[in-house]
Amino acid sequence: MELYNYMGYELIEKIIKKDLTVQDLIQATFDRIETTDNLLHSFTNLSKDRALKKAKEYDIKIQKGKKVGRLYGLPLANKDLICIKGFPTTCCSRILKGYHSPYNAFVIERLVEQEGAIHIGNTNMDEFAMGSSTENSCYGPTYNPWDISRVPGGSSGGSAASIASGQAILALGSDTGGSIRCPASFCGVVGLKPTYGRISRYGLVAFANSLDQIGSITKCVYDSALLLEIMAGKDPLDSTSVNINVDKYTEELKKPINKKILGVPEEFFREGINNEVKSSVKKSIEKLESLGTTTVEVTIPHLEYTVATYYLLCMSEASSNLARYDGLRYGKMSQNLKGDVYDVFSRTRNEGLGAEVRRRIFLGTYALSAGYYDMYYIKALKVRTLIKNDFQEAYKKCDFIVCPTMPSTAFKIGEKVDDPLQMYMDDALTCPVNLAGLPAITIPCGFDSNDLPIGFQIIGNYFDEKGILNIGYQLEQELNIYRKTAPIVKGGK
Amino acid sequence: MSQNDEVMIGLEVHIQLTNLKTKLFCSCNNDYRGAEPNTYVCPICIGLPGSLPVVNKKVIKFAIRLALALDCKINNQFWFFRKNYFYPDLPKGFQISQYNKAGGKAFADGGKIAIRLNNHKKDIILNRIHLEEDPARLVHKGSIATSPFTLVDYNRSGVCLIEIVTEPVIRSPEEAREFLKQLKSIVQYTGISNLGLEGSVRVDANVSIKGYDRSEVKNINSFKEVERALRHEIIRQKNILKRGKKLIQETRHWDDKRRITIPLRTKELEEDYRYFPEQDLVPIEINKDFIQKVKSELPEMPNERSIRFRKEYGLTEFDSYNLVLDKNFADFYEEGVKSYPSFGSEEHKLYCNWLMNDISRWLNNNNKTIKETKITPKHLVDLINTIKDGKITGKIAKSFIPDLMVGVNVKVLIEKTGKKRISDKEYILKIAKEVIINNPEIIKDFEKNPRALEALIGKCMKKTKGRLDPELTRELLLDLLSNKIKKIEI
Repeated sequence: MELYNYMGYELIEKIIKKDLTVQDLIQATFDRIETTDNLLHSFTNLSKDRALKKAKEYDIKIQKGKKVGRLYGLPLANKDLICIKGFPTTCCSRILKGYHSPYNAFVIERLVEQEGAIHIGNTNMDEFAMGSSTENSCYGPTYNPWDISRVPGGSSGGSAASIASGQAILALGSDTGGSIRCPASFCGVVGLKPTYGRISRYGLVAFANSLDQIGSITKCVYDSALLLEIMAGKDPLDSTSVNINVDKYTEELKKPINKKILGVPEEFFREGINNEVKSSVKKSIEKLESLGTTTVEVTIPHLEYTVATYYLLCMSEASSNLARYDGLRYGKMSQNLKGDVYDVFSRTRNEGLGAEVRRRIFLGTYALSAGYYDMYYIKALKVRTLIKNDFQEAYKKCDFIVCPTMPSTAFKIGEKVDDPLQMYMDDALTCPVNLAGLPAITIPCGFDSNDLPIGFQIIGNYFDEKGILNIGYQLEQELNIYRKTAPIVKGGK
Repeated sequence: MSQNDEVMIGLEVHIQLTNLKTKLFCSCNNDYRGAEPNTYVCPICIGLPGSLPVVNKKVIKFAIRLALALDCKINNQFWFFRKNYFYPDLPKGFQISQYNKAGGKAFADGGKIAIRLNNHKKDIILNRIHLEEDPARLVHKGSIATSPFTLVDYNRSGVCLIEIVTEPVIRSPEEAREFLKQLKSIVQYTGISNLGLEGSVRVDANVSIKGYDRSEVKNINSFKEVERALRHEIIRQKNILKRGKKLIQETRHWDDKRRITIPLRTKELEEDYRYFPEQDLVPIEINKDFIQKVKSELPEMPNERSIRFRKEYGLTEFDSYNLVLDKNFADFYEEGVKSYPSFGSEEHKLYCNWLMNDISRWLNNNNKTIKETKITPKHLVDLINTIKDGKITGKIAKSFIPDLMVGVNVKVLIEKTGKKRISDKEYILKIAKEVIINNPEIIKDFEKNPRALEALIGKCMKKTKGRLDPELTRELLLDLLSNKIKKIEI
């Protein structure tokens, strides 16, 4: 078995037992990236020299019996919008080319500085996390390791592809309307979006700050639980992070789930959802029932409004969050300095921001403008409250909501680029979770007739990451398909 | 209807909380004055990607203090809004501020400041006060209109401002001046800011003639400039109306070098700030107990102090009103009059007069505050006692002021200059006789005009550098001039 077939926790055991050195692991990681990334294009920038140096340092420490942190030098791929000191953070946008962050994000401090993960590079994504296919990147698209003619999903497509193909063991992503769960589902890996406020957003470049949440993409639920244990908690630098007890997630995974009640919302299985996806998800629900869970029907009556609501809010917030990119202090300013300061700002933004980003800024600016604000923004906030209430009603009847993560499996590169509305509809089953601020996990539950992975979504109540990890782990063990590494081939059809 | 009744002025006064140690949303040093440009900055206050604001807790306390002092209604919960616009001084492309529309609330609503102008009293009603972050400082070569470049110093970016918004109830530049005088005083008493610091105050003024469109005059960078800018803007508007032209709603810039208001680049549409909630900050609850606690720590405010001064020291309303304006000045007064228990209401009044007249004049001329001088309350006590004991004349005492201000005490001054008061009758007579003989024209004049006596007293004083007892001199001169004049032996 190749090193890249192992789970993260297994590699940690090997390192502890001295069956494996950190240097060998990191070297193997870069070897794997070198042989595969020309096909996948998961990475935007690599950190090879720094990583190998760190690996050597850790090996020496381990030999001397010193502490290196709970992650023992495991290779970590970082989405290109989480800040790492002295490393490029570009959000896959031309406007940030050449920008190096002068500070570490909170999660980088925890994972890398405190617990010994080794950052190997930053991964590709849709520009400023706006997209569901990783096609809107200034570096070009990432390809799905299960079929390189298809998209990996987005916006954290590079992170998901790197995990599915064994280029990395652990990866970070961010999820605003499904940006972790969508690519995790399309790439057949585990994606966790925690409760809003569970992990500090300090150092996460904002797209829509009331919806954004950092999470992980991993090969298995155990690794996901391990990362959450490390990343969760209150950060004084993020006022929206919450001071609620952090569970020992890894220790709760094996607890029996036989008393749990699963809610199945009929709206999540309606037309527009691919039949193969539906049947695979239903089979998994049956598996869970065989483990003792009960299934009840629940309803999320306002689901049909969530995509419209989500896009109004995220675009409004984005129009403000991205206003800082004017080229004056950092990033790329237009070479043409004719006219006044407003002319230069406009030109810089026009040249530096991609079409999808500009579209969202325009629409968001419009929605916040005087005369439209009440009609759009305020109304969307009201619907957001209704959706939150829908979920709270549902949780009176059940412990978890289970449903497909995505309406379909991965689509072809270029299939939806000219039809943004169709692309937006792909968020239909993920974005309600962000509107409500709930935690959700996606785990691979099967394959369609094209051998493309299907994702199973478990949505928990606020701060019940422990619960969704528990259910996810049990299902993962029961299905036992999680060890399959993507073949990196070009599929048929 | 008088001319002034037609004028409507509303002020937006931005005050930096200079007494904070750190900025509003980060831990950068708040005291940027004199620092090398762009050194008091961090990812938060220059809005680097990924940074988030965190509210400085001390700010809430300071804001409550001011709201209580201004008699505002403090809202029980407060949160921030984003005010979106592009400008080089605004690193995030939005300013974190507060808004009282679109579901937002200011930190506190209402409130008032009582002013006096001539003998007329008036309450200036406030609309609200709210918190916001200061943008960066733009530095131009010469005037903003002619500078070939703009430099940006982000040291100021993120410093906490409190904005005080009045209703448009101010009727004249003089009322505006009195309002700002009182506001400055109240801010000083609350201890939240030192408004003596350059750039710690900025005022925008909405000015209109009743029934016509208003203009907003921006960039008035000191209290002193406000009266001047308002006066100019009112005349400008009236002149336009006189010429039969139309006033337009516009934003104008006060050019303090040329002392005129100039129109800013007018855009075709009015600026739309797209206010919406700042969701990186959670709403902050302000509980009643905390307000009570701040209230109990609040020092005596100037109007309360003025009333007390009238009662305790028998001062007039006019004197007490002006004496308490500068807290340090009023502290000086109290320390002085309390330090000498045998002082009665006459001395209390005298002490006040010395402060309000000679010392104030000296401070104005030298552009200093009492704190910046070396004079102590004890010095002034000594001065008053020395006059009372007849050791020096009031005139000599006045001449001591410049020395007292630099910390020389009265005893040393008397010894050094020998300016003891002369009350020796023989000596005064001798001087008086000399003056009479040498000034026959004045003597002649005196027969028709008794006030010529003052000129003679003046001549006596001049000869002795003001050391003669003025009352005795007057008496002896009168004696000599009336019945005994012929007996003068030459």
